[in-house]
Amino acid sequence: MRPSVPRVQSLKVYGAIAMTLPQDWALYEVFVRAKRGLDHKHVGSLHAADAAMAIEHARDLYTRRQEGVSLWVVKSADIVASAPEDAAAFFDPAEDKIYRHPTFYDIPKDVETL
Amino acid sequence: MYTQGLLEAPPKAASAVEDSERMAHFQARIDAEEKIEPKDWMPEAYRQTLIRQISQHAHSEIVGMLPEGHWISRAPSLLRKSILIAKVQDEGGHGAYLYSAAETLGIARSELIEQLLSGRAKYSSIFNYPTPTWADVAAIGWLVDGAAIMNQVPLCRCSYGPYARAMVRVCKEESFHQRQGYHAMLSLARGTPAQQRMAQDALNRWWWPALMMFGPPDTASQHTALSVRWKIKRFTNDELRQKFVDFTVPQAQFLGLTVPDAQLHQDEDGHYQTGPLDWSEFNAVLKGNGPCNAERIAERREAHAAGAWVREAAIAHAAKRAARAVA
Repeated sequence: MRPSVPRVQSLKVYGAIAMTLPQDWALYEVFVRAKRGLDHKHVGSLHAADAAMAIEHARDLYTRRQEGVSLWVVKSADIVASAPEDAAAFFDPAEDKIYRHPTFYDIPKDVETL
Repeated sequence: MYTQGLLEAPPKAASAVEDSERMAHFQARIDAEEKIEPKDWMPEAYRQTLIRQISQHAHSEIVGMLPEGHWISRAPSLLRKSILIAKVQDEGGHGAYLYSAAETLGIARSELIEQLLSGRAKYSSIFNYPTPTWADVAAIGWLVDGAAIMNQVPLCRCSYGPYARAMVRVCKEESFHQRQGYHAMLSLARGTPAQQRMAQDALNRWWWPALMMFGPPDTASQHTALSVRWKIKRFTNDELRQKFVDFTVPQAQFLGLTVPDAQLHQDEDGHYQTGPLDWSEFNAVLKGNGPCNAERIAERREAHAAGAWVREAAIAHAAKRAARAVA
């Protein structure tokens, strides 16, 4: 999903400053529960050295204005996703089963509370 | 606005190998106002244009922290200081949202940071102007963030899902930036004669650079057509600039300030027409010869180098915690 380019730690000299550019920290996906009773919702991603830092960064990055009461972080690499190129075939079995929807059934008006 | 640097590096033309059927499907999806998501097939030129635009946008947010950051320790009151800290923190957050969006297109964060530090990356020309007085901080919020909003609101409907979603978040926060700027400007405009002069002086210096933020005139902008077809861009540079002028001139009048343009006038349709913009200045700033280009990059490099020990300590701490968890 998000190819990460492995990089060796290398010394770079920019202007008068020499610095190392470390390999990227792991990418985490962030989920925020806006208030009790609601699902956690995906809001974006961030890099962190470990899960504890990811939670703190997620607070600073995604809840600066009280957007949440609970946070989840998940390593992006651990997410298993369906393939978009197969989406048509993959979700096709549900397409012709319209009888699964209540509106499929024509019920006489006289029948109430149904 | 964030495509200013694209002028110098046009995206590669779609390669002939790219399947015309997939291309047609891609365009049909965009025409139907469906979003393109990271794992979808997309033309290479679309991917490259977005990587450049989103990363330049991200770099602009990061560099944008510098001119205002200088004023955190010198803000005129504790409240203004708290507001400025919150705003600068938002800019850093906006940079982070945008870097994340760019990464979904297959470029690593470290590569993006390297592009900025090496000086290869472009960022908005506006951040290469100095902020000598407190009124500059007010003017930046009012004019620079105001221009940014004008540009960013349509980007919330950009065809690329992760960019559009990042922009929704940014726009929600940006309104605070503009309003706090105008509020600070209002305080100066209603203040002593010296404060009023300071406000006018800041408007004089930021007006033209703010108009140039929208990029070159449509007649000289070569990438607009493709970006419009791909719904990365929904309005042209001149359309957005006109809208900004129409909104901002009355705001300046309310402040009792004079827009520094002797040719400014309202046409019969009610639009404010400005005098000609000095594009030679814009091009000089974009090429690296603005008043603060060198200073900004030098400061960014210093900040990155000074933060190295924090990054190293974080890795060491994470390793120690992981080892303890195993033990």
